[in-house]
Amino acid sequence: MNIHEFQAKELFAQFDIPVPRGKAMKTPRAAEKWAAVLDAPVFVVKAQIHAGGRGKAGGVKITRNRADVPALAREILGKVLVTHQTGPKGRKVRRLLIEEGAEIAKELYLGLLVDRDTGFPTFIASTEGGMDIEDVAAQTPEKVLREAIDPAVGFQPHHGRNLAFALELPAMDNAVVKPFLSMLDNLYRLFMEKNASLVEINPLVITTDHRLIALDGKVSFDDNALCKHPDVQAFRDLHEEEPLEIEAGRHNLNYVKLDGDIGCMVNGAGLAMATMDVIKLAGAEPANFLDVGGGATKETVAAGFRILLKDKKVKGIFVNIFGGIVRCERIAHGVIEASKEVGMTLPVVVRLQGTNAEEGRKLLAESGLKIDVATDLWEAAQKIVAMKGKRRKR
Amino acid sequence: MSILVNTATRVVVQGITGKEGSFHAAQCKAYGTHVVAGVTPGKAGQDVEGIPVFNTVREAVRKTEATTSLIFVPPLFAADAILEAAHAGVWLVVCITEGIPVNDMVRVKRALASTQTRLIGPNCPGIITAGECKIGIMPGFIHQKGKVGVISRSGTLTYEAVNQLTNLGLGETTCVGIGGDPVIGTGYIDLLHMFEQDDETRAVVMIGEIGGDAEEKAATFIQREMTKPVIAFIAGMTAPPGRRMGHAGAIITGGQGTAQDKMAALEAAGVRVVRNPSEIGETAKAALGG
Repeated sequence: MNIHEFQAKELFAQFDIPVPRGKAMKTPRAAEKWAAVLDAPVFVVKAQIHAGGRGKAGGVKITRNRADVPALAREILGKVLVTHQTGPKGRKVRRLLIEEGAEIAKELYLGLLVDRDTGFPTFIASTEGGMDIEDVAAQTPEKVLREAIDPAVGFQPHHGRNLAFALELPAMDNAVVKPFLSMLDNLYRLFMEKNASLVEINPLVITTDHRLIALDGKVSFDDNALCKHPDVQAFRDLHEEEPLEIEAGRHNLNYVKLDGDIGCMVNGAGLAMATMDVIKLAGAEPANFLDVGGGATKETVAAGFRILLKDKKVKGIFVNIFGGIVRCERIAHGVIEASKEVGMTLPVVVRLQGTNAEEGRKLLAESGLKIDVATDLWEAAQKIVAMKGKRRKR
Repeated sequence: MSILVNTATRVVVQGITGKEGSFHAAQCKAYGTHVVAGVTPGKAGQDVEGIPVFNTVREAVRKTEATTSLIFVPPLFAADAILEAAHAGVWLVVCITEGIPVNDMVRVKRALASTQTRLIGPNCPGIITAGECKIGIMPGFIHQKGKVGVISRSGTLTYEAVNQLTNLGLGETTCVGIGGDPVIGTGYIDLLHMFEQDDETRAVVMIGEIGGDAEEKAATFIQREMTKPVIAFIAGMTAPPGRRMGHAGAIITGGQGTAQDKMAALEAAGVRVVRNPSEIGETAKAALGG
C-alpha cells in the first residue's frame, strides 16, 4: 500500500526524523489560514497524489509571499496532474501539503528496502539527491551506495559511519554527521516496526543553517502485514485506487486493470500473467490481470464476470483454468451459472485443463450457452482474439 | 535419482488439523508419500487419516523420525512454524502459506542461515518427485516419472508446463515451486546446481516471472556451470510497471525486473527462452533431441 507525502512525513515525525513544518489542506481558504500560522520566509505548496514527478507537472509551487498561497492553492487543487507515474489519465489533486521552505545547501538521496537477493534490509544512499535513483544507478552506478543491515542484530553505528564517510558527509557539513546516524537508526526502526516495504527520502537536504531535513518522503507498506497496523490502514486513500480494483478486492479477487480489450479470468497469478502474454502474442491486448485463486467457485467466477463486464472496453472474455485440486466439472458448473446470472453478452472462450477437464468441456458444450470451449492454451487465445467484438448469435 | 525428496523422505505436516492441512496431508499420503506425523499444538493424540498428531515438531520428530516438514499454518504464525521445524532438526521445510509479512521472512531467512535446514517457499505449491513423493498441493496425476527437472515461481503455470512435459512423454524428475514472494528460502541457483548433479535429470525447465533479478543471476550461473539444456519461460511480458501482479514478488520497480530483461539475460546465457507458454513442452523435447 502506498501513502501520501504528508502522511509519510507524519510518520517520520513520530520516529524523530526531522521534516519541514507543514500540514495538509483541502481548500484554498484552509491553506490561507495555515499559511498565517506557519509564517515562514518561504512557503511550499505541494500537490498530494500517489505519484512522483509532481514538480515537472506543475504540482509544486514555491513563494516568498504569504499572500500568494491561496492563489497557488486554487491553481493546483482540483487540477489533474499527468506525470510519468500516473499514466495518461493523470490524477486529480484533492489535497495540498503546505510547508515551510528550506534554504538548501546540499541535496542527498536516502532509501531503505529489502534486498531480495540477500533478504537483508538495505540502505541506498547517494550524493545525487533530487534525481530519480534509477537514473543515477543507470548513468553513474558508482554514486549509488548500499549498506545491508543484518536483521539479527539490527542497525549499528558502524552502518551509519560507513555511509556517512562514503558520502563524504563530514567534508560537506560536519554538524550533520551525528543527526545522519540517528536518522538512519530511526528510519530502520520505522521500517521494521511498521512493516514498510520501501522508505525513500529524496531529497534529504542539508540546509544552510546546518540541519538535516527530509524534504520529501515516500513510504510503501507490505500488504501482508497491514492487519497488524490499524494506524497505517487509516492512511489508505481510495481516491488513489482504480474503482474496479477496489470492488475486486471486496470479493478477494486479485485484479489489475489494463488498457486492452480482451478480459481474462484465470486461476493462479503466474498462469494469469502467462494468459495476458498469450493474448498479446495472438494479436490483441489484455484488458486486465485477474486471478480468481485456487478455489474458482461459482461465486468467484460470477464476481469476476461482473467486474470484467463493467470495463466497457472489454470485447471478449477468456477464461483459463488449470484444474488441479479443483475439479474442472465444478468450474464448468460455476461458469454456466455465473454466465446466466450476469446475462453474459460477450463472446467467451473457456479453456479447461487438468482434473476432469473433459467432463467440464462437455458440460459447457451442452449448456445451450454460446460458450466456446478449448483444450489448448494457444488455440484458446487465437479463438478469443478472432471472436472479439462479434455479437453473439442466439 | 532425483533431488531433495524421494521414497525415503518422511514428512510431518504442520497445521494438519486445519482444512487445508488435513485435505492435503491425505492427498500426499494417497500419492505414496510417507506422511508420518502431523502437528497442531494442543491436539496431540488425535489422528488425521491415520496420521498421528503431536503438539510440537520436536515431539513429532523424536517419535516418528520425520525428516521434512510441510507447513499449512496461517500467515502470521508461519514464520514461527518454520523456525520450530528448523530447531527440531528437520532438514527440509516446505512452506505453502501465502501472505507471510516480508519482514518476518527477513528474520527467518537470517535465522535459517545458522541451521542445517533448507526452506522451500513460502507461497509455493511445494515439491514433488514424480511417482515417488509429493509434498505440496499440486495435482499428483499430471506428473510422470521422466527426465526433466522443473523450477518455478508459480503454481498453476507450473502445472501447465508439467502437463505439457507429461503429454509429450518426457516426464519429470523433480518439480520444485520456489514461491512467489520477494524473500524465499531457496532460489534457482541451488536447484539448478542440484539438477546438474542429478543423473536422471537431462534438462531443466525454469519458469520465472517479473520482479527482482533472480532470473538474471540464474543466467550468469547457467552460462558458467550448466552443461544440461535449460528451457525458460518468463511470465509478465505484458505486465505494467509498478503494479503487483498477484504474487507479492511480481512487480516491476524502477524499470527493474521486466520480463524482457530477464529473457534477454537468459538468452545470452544460452537458455532456450520460450515466448509462448504453450510451447514449453515442445521446446524441451527439441532440446533433448526430439
